[in-house]
Amino acid sequence: MAEKRLAIWVVVEQNQGKLASVSIEVLGQAARLVETASALSGGVAVVLLGDQVGDLAEELSAYGVDQVYWVDDPRLKHYQNDSYSGVLQRLVEREKPDILLFGATGAGEELAPTLAARLSTGLAAHCTGLDVNADGQLVMKVPAFGGRVLGEIFCPNTRPQMASIKPGTFTVPQRRAGRGEIVREDASSLLLDTDIRLTTVDVLQSEPLGLPLEKADVVIAGGYGMGSKKNWGLLEQLAAELQGAVGCTRPALDEGWTAGEHTMIGTSGKTVRPKVYLGCGISGAAHHAAGIKDSGVIINVNRDALAPAHAYSDYCVTADAKKVVEALLEEIRRTKNEKRGR
Amino acid sequence: MEIAVLLKPVPDPAQYDKIQIDPATGILVREGLKTVINPEDKHALEAALQLKEQYGGRVALIGMAPASAVETFREGLAMGAEEAFLCSDRAFAGADSLATSRVLAAAVKKAGPFDLVLSGSTSADGGTAHVPSQVGELLGFAHLTHVIQFEIGSDGLASVRTKMENGYRESRGRLPLVLGIRRELNTPRYISLMGIMAAQGKPVHVWSLDDLGLDKGKVGLAGSPTQPGKLYQPDMKRKGEVLQGEAWEVAQRLVGIFRSTGILG
Repeated sequence: MAEKRLAIWVVVEQNQGKLASVSIEVLGQAARLVETASALSGGVAVVLLGDQVGDLAEELSAYGVDQVYWVDDPRLKHYQNDSYSGVLQRLVEREKPDILLFGATGAGEELAPTLAARLSTGLAAHCTGLDVNADGQLVMKVPAFGGRVLGEIFCPNTRPQMASIKPGTFTVPQRRAGRGEIVREDASSLLLDTDIRLTTVDVLQSEPLGLPLEKADVVIAGGYGMGSKKNWGLLEQLAAELQGAVGCTRPALDEGWTAGEHTMIGTSGKTVRPKVYLGCGISGAAHHAAGIKDSGVIINVNRDALAPAHAYSDYCVTADAKKVVEALLEEIRRTKNEKRGR
Repeated sequence: MEIAVLLKPVPDPAQYDKIQIDPATGILVREGLKTVINPEDKHALEAALQLKEQYGGRVALIGMAPASAVETFREGLAMGAEEAFLCSDRAFAGADSLATSRVLAAAVKKAGPFDLVLSGSTSADGGTAHVPSQVGELLGFAHLTHVIQFEIGSDGLASVRTKMENGYRESRGRLPLVLGIRRELNTPRYISLMGIMAAQGKPVHVWSLDDLGLDKGKVGLAGSPTQPGKLYQPDMKRKGEVLQGEAWEVAQRLVGIFRSTGILG
């Protein structure tokens, strides 16, 4: 039997022995493409680089993957552009995949363009949709002007066709029955010491306190219209009452009212899809809207009846967001007390 | 220290909600939008000026844009750069990030040698974040992007902190380097009247395809490995039911909606 061609590769990211969630999200899209695109023949492979990450290779093999290329070496413990791109370049030149996908993380946003330059091929950034057309070409949908415009990108003449995808753009797929084959590659032939010019000397990561925005069923988002840090506290109280999380826009972040950049929603921040999104004092610029469009119910409270946010809301209120949030807090607390009293 | 700053003129990000797509032609309508220095590039320029103040040397601005963008480069000169190199040729139009990076890398080589190339990590318009890494590759320099802090010793050894998810990564290496700068790094200086006056006398060199000695097939739309297809505006329209009444009435309606979605017991 002929060996199955591995058309789509996903370069996965691990940090300190933990897989990045975006890698699994991208893997879900790769599996969907090989299953649904009739013009695409071949399977899905992942490339995993790290130091003693065999357990991650096992974990990955359960997501509809035909093969895991596993490269293990102490010099690959942390992401370093030089060492990672050296290994990937040699593997890609040897195996010649059609499509190469990356998570657009801090590291992915270095690694993907580096590789595209080395391979003189095309890379589409921050894809919000991936499809294969009748000719077998990858159709990559990308945002521009902060999400105001979407455009299709093709890579007609060079291979691989490369794309990056931001964390949270797609949901995490289910694990599947059956496992892919794990192939341990010989690191010494793929990684040369002379590759390495810059060394990663330290990595510091810490999960922010509280419920992460992208996991919350309720997102209370505040914008410049909240007016002050004191008023911002009302949003935090409301989020606490609803067991939700508080998000923000760039202007509110710049005012210093928020918990930090990790709570910013939009094209240059997080993508959220809660059951309920409540926007408070947000005019709704395209770059914010792009980060919330998949939410269940969208509610916006804004003083300006013509705010763009009202057009993409299920419910909108033309009022001072502070007053409505205060009234909401009162109403929620009153009904909770009533219940307790019963 | 000889420093090149890659500077991109972009339509003012504050006005992106005015951008439309002509429904008949499918072409982007962006008339009347002011052109500004890409916001993160200002942070790159600020970092370069601070290094010049520390070590001496010169700061050159390098960019690819239509010749009409010369005023945007004057703004960078007014901030304190010595000279500007504007790569401008019809053949450059429609370039993707790699075709753009080929032009920028050729200009850096021709205007150099430089010890350090700084750029914003991401442009506000296209927003790919590819250019710092791709220019680095084409120059043969090591490179890092999403830089939030860095130091360069007099021995040419750099310590660079780059942003990653929920944290940062610390890297070390030697010049020459290309660094993509994020806005967290610094606060760009204001342009002074003196700066504006001085900028009028500073040289702006305009370089064409021939000046850079590049192959026409490697630049612009023709030289771009990615090719654009259809453009459209995302349709996010929802029913937009207006809730009216006093704040307490609205709050009651909202609580009802919360209940029906199951987020409130």
